[in-house]
Amino acid sequence: MSDLDAFRAEVRAWLEANCPAEMREPVRDEDDICWGGRKFQFKSEAQKLWLERCAEKGYTVPDWPKPYGGAGLSAEETKILKQEMKRIGARSPLDSFGIWMLGPALLKFGTEEQKVHYLNQIARGEIRWCQGYSEPGAGSDLVSLQTFGEDKGDHWVVNGSKIWTSYADKADWIFCLVRTDKANKYQGITFMLFDMESEGVSTKPILLISGNSPFCETFFDDVKVPKDQFVGEVNRGWDVAKYLLGHEREMISGGGAGGDMVSVGALFAKSLGRNDHGELDDPILRAEMAAFDTDVFAYRAMGERFMDMWKTGRAHPASSNMMKYVGTELNKRRHELVMAGGGSDALEWDSEESRGGARARSWLRTKANSIEGGTSEVMLNVIAKRILELPGA
Amino acid sequence: MPLYHNDDQAMLKDSVAPFVAEQAPVSHLRTLRDTADETGFSRELWGQFVEMGLPGMLVPEDHGGLGMGHMEAGIVLEEIGRNLTPSPFLATSVGAVAALAKAGGTQASRWLPAIAGGEAIVALAIDEGPKHRPDRVATTATRSGNGFRLDGKKDFVLHGHVADMSIVSARTDGGITLFAVPKNAKGLTADPRRLVDSSLASHVTFDGVEVDADAVIGEVDAGEEVLNALLAATRTGAAAEMVGVGQGAMDMTITYLKERKQFGKLIGEFQGLQHRAAHLYGEMEVARATVMKAQQLLDEGSEGAKLMVSVAKAKAGRAANLAVREGVQMHGGIGMTDEYDIGLYMKRDRALAEFMGDVHYHTDQVARMNGY
Repeated sequence: MSDLDAFRAEVRAWLEANCPAEMREPVRDEDDICWGGRKFQFKSEAQKLWLERCAEKGYTVPDWPKPYGGAGLSAEETKILKQEMKRIGARSPLDSFGIWMLGPALLKFGTEEQKVHYLNQIARGEIRWCQGYSEPGAGSDLVSLQTFGEDKGDHWVVNGSKIWTSYADKADWIFCLVRTDKANKYQGITFMLFDMESEGVSTKPILLISGNSPFCETFFDDVKVPKDQFVGEVNRGWDVAKYLLGHEREMISGGGAGGDMVSVGALFAKSLGRNDHGELDDPILRAEMAAFDTDVFAYRAMGERFMDMWKTGRAHPASSNMMKYVGTELNKRRHELVMAGGGSDALEWDSEESRGGARARSWLRTKANSIEGGTSEVMLNVIAKRILELPGA
Repeated sequence: MPLYHNDDQAMLKDSVAPFVAEQAPVSHLRTLRDTADETGFSRELWGQFVEMGLPGMLVPEDHGGLGMGHMEAGIVLEEIGRNLTPSPFLATSVGAVAALAKAGGTQASRWLPAIAGGEAIVALAIDEGPKHRPDRVATTATRSGNGFRLDGKKDFVLHGHVADMSIVSARTDGGITLFAVPKNAKGLTADPRRLVDSSLASHVTFDGVEVDADAVIGEVDAGEEVLNALLAATRTGAAAEMVGVGQGAMDMTITYLKERKQFGKLIGEFQGLQHRAAHLYGEMEVARATVMKAQQLLDEGSEGAKLMVSVAKAKAGRAANLAVREGVQMHGGIGMTDEYDIGLYMKRDRALAEFMGDVHYHTDQVARMNGY
C-alpha cells in the first residue's frame, strides 16, 4: 500500500504543478473539449499546454506501455491518477476515438511497428480519427456492408460510402471496415486505416434534430490504400471490429454513470422550489428523480463491478452489451428529467443564458445513444442469445 | 477491494449453495406450510446451520463467532433467497448481531456467544404499524426501580413468538433506547400471524414489561447509532436475500423459456420474450452489484454505506419484483397454480420488499440524502 500512497503523493504534486487553473473549470461546451489532430484549433494556451504536459508524462493514455506513448501504469495506479484528476476537477487532456477505440484494438491486434507508429501519435493527440463502420444499408446489421476494396497487388482500391461517421469532417484518418472478399460474409472484411486526405475521399455533415452535425456521410471514389495499412489479418477485420465495439459500448454506456455527475434531483432545487419540508415542490417529479438517482448510483456500482471483472477476465464477453443497454437507457431517462426539471428555461434554443440551447440539444442528442454502437434491441438480442442462451436465430 | 467474490468467498459460496439447495429447497418451505408448522422454521435445519458455523458468521471472534463480514453473510442470504428457505438467519445472525456488536457491553457478552452457538433466536421489534417508520417510536420505556418499564406495541416482528430475546426500540426521556427483552418477560405477548409467504410474524404487545437497567443495548437515550447499525445490516441482508429470490425466479423462468413449446416453437425463440428476459437480466445484474457495493462499504465502515444501503434495498426491491412478475407472466397459466413454485417466489419477494423499508421508503431516503 505504501507504494501506492507514494504514487498518489507524486501524482498530486505533479498535477498541482502542471494542471493550469483554467483546465480545472467544468467543461461548458463542445469547444472546451480537446480532440487534437492536424486541424484542431486550441481554444486557449492552457488547453494546449495541458495536452502537451500530459502527453509528455504519458498521462493521456496512462495505462498504455511507455514505448507506445503511455505511462505504463498499473490498474491501481491508473485509478489513483483518475481519482486525483477528478479531485481537482481537471479536464480530460484529450478526448479521442484513437484512445477509446482504435488504441485498444491496435494494442491487441497491431504489429509492433504499427503500435509504435500509430499509438504514439494517438497518445500525443496528433492524429484525429474517425470510424468507418456503418453504411446506408448496414447499420445494426453491420456485416452486410458493401464498401469494397479491390486487390491491386501492392494496394487496394476502395469504393463505397459510409454513414454516421462521427466527426469525419474534422478527422485526419479513418479506421474503416472494407469488404475484401464478396463470397464470404463474416470472413471477407478487412480493417483498414487510411488518411482522410487521400484522393477520392469526400465527406459531408448530416444535420440532426439537435441542430448539430456531429455525424457525416463519407464517400470513397477509387481511394488507394497501401497494402500494409490494415490491422489484424486480411479478411478477418470482423474480429478487430467486434473487439473495438466492446470498447465503444463501454464508452457510450459510461454516459449513464457519468463520472462526476451530481444527483439529478439536487440540480433542480432552485427551479422547482421547495415545500415546507424542504423537499422539491413537485412530489411526482421528485419521486421520478429519486428513482432515477437510485438507478444511477446502482449503475455506478455495476460499472465498478464490470470493470473489476473485465480486467481480471471474469466478465462474460457479452456483458459490455448489457452495460451499453442499461447505461444508454439511463442516460436518455436523465435527459428527459433534465428537460422536465428545467421547465421553459430548458426549451430555449439559442439564447445566451441557455448556452445556445445546451440542455435541449443534449436531450435530443441522447436519443442516438440507444441507436449508435448497436441499438438497444440488438443489445437485448445479444444478451438473450449469448448470456441467457435462449434458443433461435 | 474488487467488486467480486475473492477466493475465500467463492469457496464459502461453493459450500453454502449446495448445502442450502439440498437441505432446504423450496419443498422444505412447502412442507412447513402444508403441515401448518407453528415455529416458522425448522429447528433441525437450524441445527445444521449451526454445524456449518453460519449463525455466528458476523459474531466477532472474541464472542465465539467467525468474525466475517456482510459480504460473506450475503452469500448465505442469497442462497436462502434462491431456495425460499425459512430461517431466522437474517434477523438473528445479521440484524441482531450487528446491533449487539455495535453496542458491546453486557448484552453483547450475554447474547453473541449464544447466537453463535445456535442457542438463541433473536427478533427485531422495530416497526409500529404496517409501514416501516423506524423513527416513529411510540413505545415508551420509563424508569422504574432499578430498571425500566416498557409499554407499547410492535408489528411485523419476525420470529417474535419463538424468539429467546427481542431487540426493542423504545422512547426514553432523552431519545431512543434499545432493549434486550428476554422471552418470558411478564407482560410480553406475541400474537403470530401467518403471512402471504407462509412465514410467521407477530404483533407484539408490551404491557408494563419490567426489565433491568442492564437490558439496555448500548447507552440510554443514545440508541440511534445502534439502531442504525441494526437497520443497515438488516436492510442490506434483506436486499441480498431478494437478489437470491429474483435470481431463483429468473433462472426458473429462463429454463421454462427453453422448454415450453407454443405454436410449434420454443417460446424462448420469440423476440418479445427474449427482450424482456434480457432486460430482466440487466436489472438483476445491476441489483447484484449494488448489493455487493453496500456490503463492501458496510464492511469497510465507510461513510458512503448509508446511501448505498438504501440504494441497494430499493434497487434489489425493484429488480426482484420484476423477476417474480415476469416469472409468473412468462409461465402463463401454470404460473398461477399453487403446485408450481414460481408463485412462491412472488410471495416471498412481497414480504421481503416490505421488510425494513420498501422501494418507496428507500428511494425517498436517497432523495433526502441528496438534499432534495
